[in-house]
Amino acid sequence: MKTHQKLFIFLHNSSIKLHLKKPITSDDVFKFITSLFALSIFLILGLMVYELIKESYLSIQTFGLKFLIGIKWDPAISQVFGALPLILGTLTTSAIALFIGVPISLGVSLALSEYMPKNFEFVFSFLIELLAAVPSVIYGLWGIFILIPFLRDNIYPFLQAIFGFIPLFSGPIYGGGVLTGGVVLAIMIIPIISAILRDLFSIVPISQKEAIIALGATKWETVKTVISYTRSGIIGAIILGLGRAIGETMAITMVIGNKFQFLPSSLFDAWYTMAAIIANELLEATYDLYISALINVGLVLLFISLAVNILARLIVWRTLKLVKGIVRE
Amino acid sequence: MKIIYKITILVIMITIIVISMLAYPYISSQKAITLNGAGATFPFPLIDKWAAEYHKIKPNIQVNYQGIGSGGGIKAHIEKTVYFAASDAPLTDEQFVKAPNTLHIPITIGGIVPVYNIPGISKGLKFTGEILADIFLGKINKWNDPKLAAINPDINLPNHEIIVIHRSDGSGTTFIWTSYLSDISQEWKEKVGRSTSVNWPTGLGGKGNDGVTALVQQNPYSIGYVEFTFAKKSNLAYGYVQNAAGEFIEPNLESFSKAAAFVAINLPKGDEKWSDFSIVDSLVNNKQAIGVYPITSFSYILIYKELNVLPNIDEATAKALVDFLWWAIHDGQNYAAELYYVPLPSNVIIHNEETLQMITYNGQKLCKG
Amino acid sequence: MDRYKLRIIKDRIMKILVYSALFIALIPLFSVLYEVILRGIFVINIDFFTKPTPSIGETGGGIANAIQGTIITIGLASLMGVPIGLMSGIFLSEYSEAKLSLIIRFFNDVLSGIPSIIIGVFSYALIVRSIGFSVIASAFALSIIMIPLITRSTEEALKLVPMSIREAAIALGIPKWKTIITIVLSSAKKAIITGILLSLARIAGESAPVLVTMGYWRWWFAGLFKPVANLALNIFVFATSPFESWIALAWGSALVLILFILGINIAVRFFTRGEYYGAKA
Repeated sequence: MKTHQKLFIFLHNSSIKLHLKKPITSDDVFKFITSLFALSIFLILGLMVYELIKESYLSIQTFGLKFLIGIKWDPAISQVFGALPLILGTLTTSAIALFIGVPISLGVSLALSEYMPKNFEFVFSFLIELLAAVPSVIYGLWGIFILIPFLRDNIYPFLQAIFGFIPLFSGPIYGGGVLTGGVVLAIMIIPIISAILRDLFSIVPISQKEAIIALGATKWETVKTVISYTRSGIIGAIILGLGRAIGETMAITMVIGNKFQFLPSSLFDAWYTMAAIIANELLEATYDLYISALINVGLVLLFISLAVNILARLIVWRTLKLVKGIVRE
Repeated sequence: MKIIYKITILVIMITIIVISMLAYPYISSQKAITLNGAGATFPFPLIDKWAAEYHKIKPNIQVNYQGIGSGGGIKAHIEKTVYFAASDAPLTDEQFVKAPNTLHIPITIGGIVPVYNIPGISKGLKFTGEILADIFLGKINKWNDPKLAAINPDINLPNHEIIVIHRSDGSGTTFIWTSYLSDISQEWKEKVGRSTSVNWPTGLGGKGNDGVTALVQQNPYSIGYVEFTFAKKSNLAYGYVQNAAGEFIEPNLESFSKAAAFVAINLPKGDEKWSDFSIVDSLVNNKQAIGVYPITSFSYILIYKELNVLPNIDEATAKALVDFLWWAIHDGQNYAAELYYVPLPSNVIIHNEETLQMITYNGQKLCKG
Repeated sequence: MDRYKLRIIKDRIMKILVYSALFIALIPLFSVLYEVILRGIFVINIDFFTKPTPSIGETGGGIANAIQGTIITIGLASLMGVPIGLMSGIFLSEYSEAKLSLIIRFFNDVLSGIPSIIIGVFSYALIVRSIGFSVIASAFALSIIMIPLITRSTEEALKLVPMSIREAAIALGIPKWKTIITIVLSSAKKAIITGILLSLARIAGESAPVLVTMGYWRWWFAGLFKPVANLALNIFVFATSPFESWIALAWGSALVLILFILGINIAVRFFTRGEYYGAKA
């Protein structure tokens, strides 16, 4: 109490000395201090963009926009760098991840929010959250020693036997590669998409569901209305999952094969992503243009990631704003 | 009481950190010196062993060696971002111009072997140079190809595609391997050539000798090329390669030693250029060389003659570096054999002593001799 | 078949599909846990926790230096990240009328979605280029990952404190700032600590930013301006190596890391059961 009174007197006197119309209170000071900390988030983001641009500058000067369509990556001899295959690789593996992960996430979130009895739901939703808690590098470790042999020996030959006539499914199978990368990414984005979907489904007014049930709908038909009610939010959740898949590094670099090529020869062939090449080569890059090119890749990744994340958040926020309250990830 | 709660947690966290920091063997007497090096993965197991053993003798010295490939090591040496670099490929003429007054110090001898993962087939599959070139060109793509079967009549080769594994990073091991293939196969020489980094016609890329080894381990029916230690330490099957005299030679310390002995007499001086020096080139057509394993190579440490060209290096560190290298070429050689490297022959050691005695800091010689 | 039966069949099929999706999603979790436990348990012995990384080909050795290094790194990161996150969370929750807070909250969410490798590259550009590969650079990167997580969880925690408590305090004449520090914060302390612990668990598992700010280090802690060993990064280095002793260490390290992370997650869940759900980091 005493310090607080002293502080109050001090601030009051200072306000008079500074000829302020409205005196500064200790509350203002506290608000100011906390706002400074909060503004640091801005500072961090801004500094990040600035630093990445600064360090990429050499590469931007050398290659310009051709960097985005360049398909050659040759640090050793000609020192030419191009990021198009990396962008394609990132987008492709993420697309595969969404293709596999979104239906499963939909099923999971429906199971947890609509189908499952409440006592079980608690346990299972916790388990799904545990999926997100496993570090990426451990998924990579598991990917190398368990998933890859499993896919190589059991699933892929089967796929090739059926779909082998399509070029996508032809070619040598070594276990890792584009499709495996997509599978690992799918596993990692399921908890995120499910969490958002569950939040979305939980805000659907009970009245909607009651109305349809009163009309004699089956469970599935009730669920269909829930889905259509939250349609736009689902899009947002998918895009958020995409954002996560794009940025994933360790798990994917451990299974995708890390091969820089314009296009892979098949889904079973190795490829490369933006995040993976940075992780693999930044420590080896011993001259400025090489480092700059890698950071340039990082800049591209940052922009794509920011665009996707901002878009997703806007969509999800809009949908969740229907109910005022805690906005959860 | 409530604020104290938070403060207590903070204090506990700090205490844990401080205790952790103190819980390691503190070298309070002498300032800890870190010797930063980078380069080839070829000698990495040996240098790593040296780092550990030398640390026991001189606890204030930490040798921090990053295996980033010879290409990366050479670049780091040119950029002066490391104190010493390691490479299996000597500097080319262009590189030597970019890094004048570089000393080449051979620190060990090793062999590069073809490793494969064929279920049911252990080590000893015979290869000729031409067959290896054709496999890596993608011309031979099945294990039961007639050419391979012809020289391995008593082995049942499977009818399965060969998965080729090569290096994805700039590598001295690649340089030696492609030198050998270029010498043997005109087609390889024209299509791919010899370099630390080439455009591989086919196959998957692994980073470092360890990366290639791991890929071969994980992929049945694959073939790769790695330094011998890696094959032995990971229990991979490796092949016998035919030398110029027509013998199919098993890679081992003996066949590597014999190969090195053939050229060890005519080493360039430490401060000259070594770009033309190659055990592989010397042996590839030498029909008199009996019992030699044809893909043998020195591994070199690259270091500047005058150490003050390196930024951030003081005299104590420079002295420590030279002392470490002196130890490496003498006592360090005792650890070579157990890691399947060939210990340096005595004439090479004497040659290296002369080279180390050329190293100066601010003009002062650092080597006691 | 009449329409009714068709609808019933569709309903049954969807029910099966939905539960199958749940089942499929959980298979990787159980597989990972099973394999990590099975393969990791054999490596664990006293040496494992007391010795540093072995050389290639050496058997034995352990991850003691990695455990030390990881504790130091995440401790340092917390020192940087927790205060900022805490204060930011307080601002967003207690002064949420400000227009600024909407924007900050939005960008906070954006920051949390930035790939960890980019945050590592940011630290590389800002710190490594001047100081070199170091614990500081690594801790800096990890703290940036922590900040949005702690900000959000603190804000949510504070929002759960009923307005009545604040109103009562103000009615007694306690200034707002003092209410926040002494009363509101301590009412929410369980939830806040939960958030902090979960973010600790998260950064303990991060290896991408550590890779580009420190690289692999095989010794004990050697100073803040040098790198230090890291458990998550070691898993990456060991798993992609061809040496059996190292691969075994990878599984052992994974076991330790998973137990740590899952331990925190389960403990946190246990302590906040019934109070509120969804302590998400």
